[in-house]
Amino acid sequence: MKTFLFLCAALSVFVTTAIVFVLIRDSWEFFANIPLTDFLFGTMWTPVFANPQFGVLPLLTATLQTAGLAMLVAVPFGLIMAIYLSEYARPAVRETIKPALEMLEAVPTVVYGYFALLVMTPFLQQIVPGLKGINLLVPGIILGIMILPYVVSVSEDAMRAVPNSLREGGYGLGMAKWQVAIRIVIPGAFSGITAAFILGMSRAVGETMVLAVAAGQNPNLTWDPREGAATITAYIVQMSLGDVAHGSIAYQSIFAVGLLLFVITLLFNIIGFYLRRKFREAY
Amino acid sequence: MTDTTTTLDQETRHQAAPGFERAEMPPAIRPATERDPLRARIEDFSFYYSNGFQAIKHVDMPILDRKITAIIGPSGCGKSTLLRSLNRMHDLYPGNRYEGKVILEPEGENLIGPDADPVLVRLRVGMVFQKPNPFPKSIYENVAAGLRVRGIKKRAVIDEAVESALRRAAIWDEVKDKLHGSAYDLSGGQQQRLCIARGLAPNPEILLLDEPTSALDPIATAKVEDLVQELSETVTIVIVTHNMQQASRISHRTAFMYLGEAMEFGETNQIFTNPRHPRTENYITGRYG
Ligand SMILES: Nc1ncnc2c1ncn2[C@@H]1O[C@H](COP(=O)(O)OP(=O)(O)O)[C@@H](O)[C@H]1O
Ligand SMILES: [Mg+2]
Repeated sequence: MKTFLFLCAALSVFVTTAIVFVLIRDSWEFFANIPLTDFLFGTMWTPVFANPQFGVLPLLTATLQTAGLAMLVAVPFGLIMAIYLSEYARPAVRETIKPALEMLEAVPTVVYGYFALLVMTPFLQQIVPGLKGINLLVPGIILGIMILPYVVSVSEDAMRAVPNSLREGGYGLGMAKWQVAIRIVIPGAFSGITAAFILGMSRAVGETMVLAVAAGQNPNLTWDPREGAATITAYIVQMSLGDVAHGSIAYQSIFAVGLLLFVITLLFNIIGFYLRRKFREAY
Repeated sequence: MTDTTTTLDQETRHQAAPGFERAEMPPAIRPATERDPLRARIEDFSFYYSNGFQAIKHVDMPILDRKITAIIGPSGCGKSTLLRSLNRMHDLYPGNRYEGKVILEPEGENLIGPDADPVLVRLRVGMVFQKPNPFPKSIYENVAAGLRVRGIKKRAVIDEAVESALRRAAIWDEVKDKLHGSAYDLSGGQQQRLCIARGLAPNPEILLLDEPTSALDPIATAKVEDLVQELSETVTIVIVTHNMQQASRISHRTAFMYLGEAMEFGETNQIFTNPRHPRTENYITGRYG
């Protein structure tokens, strides 16, 4: 049994290493043809044109905007819901809501994508002037809702791990319940909460289907979330499904943007790790 | 037959209030206490946990102004329960129930009355816990927490109050150069004195301490004991301890509790040299604990 488990662990390490290896190998060939600075700072992404351009900024801005919008939704609502569940809800209520939230995570993301495209966008078009049928705003909001269950569940666990002795210390100073929540519980659970949000952010950055469906497939350098624009992930599905020739530079570009995505997520995780260390809870 | 006995018993007790004498017991109250100014009076106080267990049974006890009142007694006799009643800590958990009165003098306000707001009570009655429980914040912010709750925002006012509380808690010299460092970097004894400073900063009328030295080494314990004695010049202190030497060293009045009842209350000297109740005598001579 022990050997079996070890083999499983070894296999997962091997697979991860292999993926990173392939990413780097194919990107290597890509960057042999396209200078890194052209890739990072170029403003045109036209891989299948006769005169292809590989400036990743249009994909990157779309990815960062949708992820940023997702955080604008997930941070405030996630915090409020986690505080409610951990500090205010009666146990019976908590035991009902938490599994329900976790079930939301099981909804296939393509469903969220079509919900964004067919329900949410037409609705918001009546409120937000100039909102295109394909845009960044709606998938961003939907992404925020999608990562909400995860963010709530992890931050709520962190809040409940704050020992009661700290809460009593706060009450002993004459704090009201909401003051204990804000001044004691949130700082006490800080590292867990940041970890929740950073991992939620990584998910938003890496999410594919919602963006492919509702944010469009058109590389478009814009900071206006009412417009549509392809994200890194949307580009990856689009190219992988297309009939681009293996070994061509357009094919290799998939791995280059994949590597970029990997580096971004890695960066978030390192920041999360650092914050965790800095605000370690010793209680 | 049994009924009659119960009624008789209760009548006796009510006649004897606010002391503890019962007809069948030797007189246990030192009458002279009534001359000292009172900060609070516990009157016919009972407490029930949410599971129905009556942890405190008809306790009467005066709390003298700017004196140290020690509560001693064997483990599980209800010392913490009584102490935590005084600042309504039991309200944090549903189903707990108080009976009787805890009158804060000189206003005569009943802290456990239906109109008393537990949050306001805790603004007036501070608490230090058995295990040091500093907040995961800087030393400065720990002490400032009680002031911020009271809406104090002026930097200069908070600075001054923090320094004064840390000085009163005899820890200023040890932390003055690292006020903005984490409270968790202090030793256990320092953390406990920090918690005392935190409790003192908002100037409570009464400071409750629940076995504040039980998690500390002898040197840190001695420091906290000295500190508590100094503090009693300015603030009323009620301290729970299972350490009888501690009670006899530092307190002015001592209450001996047993199975939820206050068996005996009196001047500390008298309790330790000349206990009136045989149970008290057994306890302080170490025949059981
Ligand atoms: N939350 C609770 N629910 C029910 N019973 C409790 C609770 N806490 C303490 N008790 C009981 O109340 C009695 C007094 O406890 P406590 O006040 O902690 O004693 P002490 O501080 O003197 O050691 C004990 O018998 C204990 O088992
Ligand atoms: Mg106790």
